Amino acid sequence: MPNAYLLTTNLKTMKKYYLGIDLGSTTSKAVIINEQDEIVGRGITNTRANYKVAADIAREEAIYDARFNLLQRRIDKSLVDKPEFKKYMKDLRSVFQYGQFKRRMESLEKMLVATVNEFAYDNKSAILVKLKEIIETIRPQIQNGFINEDLGSKNQFFRDIVSEKYNIEVEKKGAEYYEPLMLAFDKSITPIENEMVQYNFRELVLEAMKILDTKYKGLADQQEDGNHEDWYYAELNAIKDNYQNVEFTLREHIEDIVNEEIHIAKMVGTGYGRALLPFPEDCIKSEILCHAFGAHAVFPNTRTVLDIGGQDTKAIQVDSHGLVTSFHMNDRCAAGCGRYLGYIADEFGLSLNELGPEANKATKETTICSTCTVFAGAEVKELLHNGEERPNILAGLHKAIVQRAMSLIARSGGVRNEFTFTGGVARNEAVLKYVKQMVTDSYGEVTMNIHTDSIFMGALGGAMFARRNISADLPTAKEKVKQEN
Amino acid sequence: MSQEAIKEKSMILQKEMVEGLFNDLDHAKELGKKVCYTFVPGNLSELIRTFDMLPVYPEINALQSAMRKKSGGYIKEAEKNAHSEDVCTYVKCDVGMMMKGNIGPTGTKIPEPDVLLLSYTGCFTFMKWFETLKREYPNAKVIMVHTPYQENAQMTPSMVEYMVKQFKEEVIPQMEEVTGIKYDEAKLKRMLALSKEAEDWITKIFDTTKHKPSPIDAYFAGVYYIGPINIGFRGTPEAVEYYKELYSEIQERIRLGLGPITPEGEMKEEKYRLVVEGPPNWTSFREFWKIFYDMGAVIVASSYTKVGGVYDLGWRHDPERPLESLAEYCMNCYTNLNIPQRIDLLSKCITEYQADGYVTNSIKSCNSFSAGQLGMMREIEDRLEVPVGFIESDLVDPRYFSYSNIKNRLESYFQMLAQRKMMEKEAH
Repeated sequence: MPNAYLLTTNLKTMKKYYLGIDLGSTTSKAVIINEQDEIVGRGITNTRANYKVAADIAREEAIYDARFNLLQRRIDKSLVDKPEFKKYMKDLRSVFQYGQFKRRMESLEKMLVATVNEFAYDNKSAILVKLKEIIETIRPQIQNGFINEDLGSKNQFFRDIVSEKYNIEVEKKGAEYYEPLMLAFDKSITPIENEMVQYNFRELVLEAMKILDTKYKGLADQQEDGNHEDWYYAELNAIKDNYQNVEFTLREHIEDIVNEEIHIAKMVGTGYGRALLPFPEDCIKSEILCHAFGAHAVFPNTRTVLDIGGQDTKAIQVDSHGLVTSFHMNDRCAAGCGRYLGYIADEFGLSLNELGPEANKATKETTICSTCTVFAGAEVKELLHNGEERPNILAGLHKAIVQRAMSLIARSGGVRNEFTFTGGVARNEAVLKYVKQMVTDSYGEVTMNIHTDSIFMGALGGAMFARRNISADLPTAKEKVKQEN
Repeated sequence: MSQEAIKEKSMILQKEMVEGLFNDLDHAKELGKKVCYTFVPGNLSELIRTFDMLPVYPEINALQSAMRKKSGGYIKEAEKNAHSEDVCTYVKCDVGMMMKGNIGPTGTKIPEPDVLLLSYTGCFTFMKWFETLKREYPNAKVIMVHTPYQENAQMTPSMVEYMVKQFKEEVIPQMEEVTGIKYDEAKLKRMLALSKEAEDWITKIFDTTKHKPSPIDAYFAGVYYIGPINIGFRGTPEAVEYYKELYSEIQERIRLGLGPITPEGEMKEEKYRLVVEGPPNWTSFREFWKIFYDMGAVIVASSYTKVGGVYDLGWRHDPERPLESLAEYCMNCYTNLNIPQRIDLLSKCITEYQADGYVTNSIKSCNSFSAGQLGMMREIEDRLEVPVGFIESDLVDPRYFSYSNIKNRLESYFQMLAQRKMMEKEAH
């Protein structure tokens, strides 16, 4: 047992972890770090009316992620060398997610039926029949999406996935059922989303492994039909032949991982909803400081941080310690931030993820004069009417956002040295393109950092603040460590 | 408890002075007094009083209306009458108040002007404002004085001469004509001697922020302290008495080691010392102030309290050079200083009063203050390496004060200061 030693030391000196929660206007993020400031887990969910639930879910997700990461660390070598391990872990996470999803879905189904039963429509029983048909249709769709396709890796939340599939089915049921069925969904989704469900990690993992066992057992020899890349078939064949070996190896570690206490020694909340977080006052930090601190931790030479979030854009100047020296934020208008993209996506009937790639197909950027989110909608309609190409308009809109951000950067003192771009919008490739272009145009060649974790920078900064304040705020914890030594 | 009693005395004095003025305004006709509307920056209060006129300050009425939550309605009234959304909200508040019967902040009617006296042209809006009022009050005499900007950071003899010429040829003859009173230079000189005295006192008062903790807040309380000297009492014995009283109250606070008084009592712990640039927001004045004192932030100097006159660098009214010193006074108000002069002045405040930070409140309505503000902030940040903060609001339009945005920015700013203090402590 190569890990026996590790296990005993773990129990002896319980590891301390630190949690940062960034409650943004669109998404809530959680990051857990260890005592070396390394990220051990990340969690994200959509922000909802009940901020506490959003924060709790993000935290739980981060803890699950941490457990999976611990598990992966144990099988580190196999993950690199053997494709079946990689594939299995990916599938395991997806099916694990399905397990959570399924439980929430069951509650939603009950709620939907109860809601329709309350209705005063004459054709209530017919509505109920249609509702049940929809439920029966989307339930296996979702199951299949998670187990056999890659729904789990799409960064979509419960509400997004269910409503997308539900809406498609409602459309098929005819006009007379449209209104009551939509109403039933709107009335049911909110309470379900705002309800905290406790999951048992062990139960969900074992359940997921069982599902995978059945799945792999049933895999027929896949013929190379030429629809996929070579690695796809390689991975598939590897897993088919070796899944039992992977299962065996994982089972060796699973109980340890499940029992590993993720002891959150301290937490810090940040983001728009921070005042509503159920944290003590000294555990609440400004998102400006957190984003800067997080970005600086990942890229220590950062001197200017641009953060584009859902409802605000921040240009932050930091010193060599990651300390904010000045910052500027948009005050009057949403036209420079994520919500603008959301609004534009709605206007075009696209999902947020599709916006950037579509804009990058542009042959030129249409000039968008409006500085206002709402007016831009009207302008877009007019441009479409005049025959302007969709990608060109989108490119113009993306450029407009970045221009606004550039003005904030200028107001905050410009880009003086290394530049780091954070926030959810940093995931948009068209925005990224224009940021790179315009920063270079205005400030010359500077190092520009964009990290896959850019959306988690605020939460990371929060966790780092939590770790640093530990000795000052929790003297008892400090004493405990001393005693143990 | 004696502290409370002392505290009240200067406030009572000020209240009596203001009420007395508005009472006189209400009875201007019976008293046979002429009424002169003018603005605070570069105001010729002594000259107005030499001619026994009563002063009215439209921007003071506007800010008082805002503090009484009436400005929103007045502004809407002005906008209904074609004043654009972008017009200075002081103007719209004043115009709206006039349209609604010109009932002043104390509840009494403000008489129509006999004279509209513009003695500071650094704010172009002032000129347009009186042009607008001129249409409403066709019988009022409009006297406009051109005030040269301190482009080269100085008041040259020719600039003074240029202004004195305007006083002699335009202002004084027209005032004589309106009031039927002959210009009495001896009377003016007596008043200027008192002005100088009041100016000495107020300088000493604002200098008390050198103490730690600072006994006063030089912005939020400061706006009350500058009341008498700015709104027509400069040059009166009452103003001198008020400032003497205030100074002795502050001395007592220093002796007892007390911090500034806030609407919720004494500030317990001074955590941050700040210098603030720009006027305050008046519609949510209390909430705005509260964000600062809740965080233990005291303002040790502000540019806004210099809007009526800059006394820090030693300049005073001089009874020996009556018209010349009036000319200098007009040219020496804060917004008539050029940008490098303002930067020097604010830097001096930050250094002398040992401020931890510098905050700009950028006002949507105000060109005079807003122009150059960002550049000034950058320069001060570079020169003194002091953490800077920037917030945006408005003077008297409640639609432009976003409590949550401002609170969010300021909270971040204070956390930034706290972090810096912690790091500095660790470094030592």
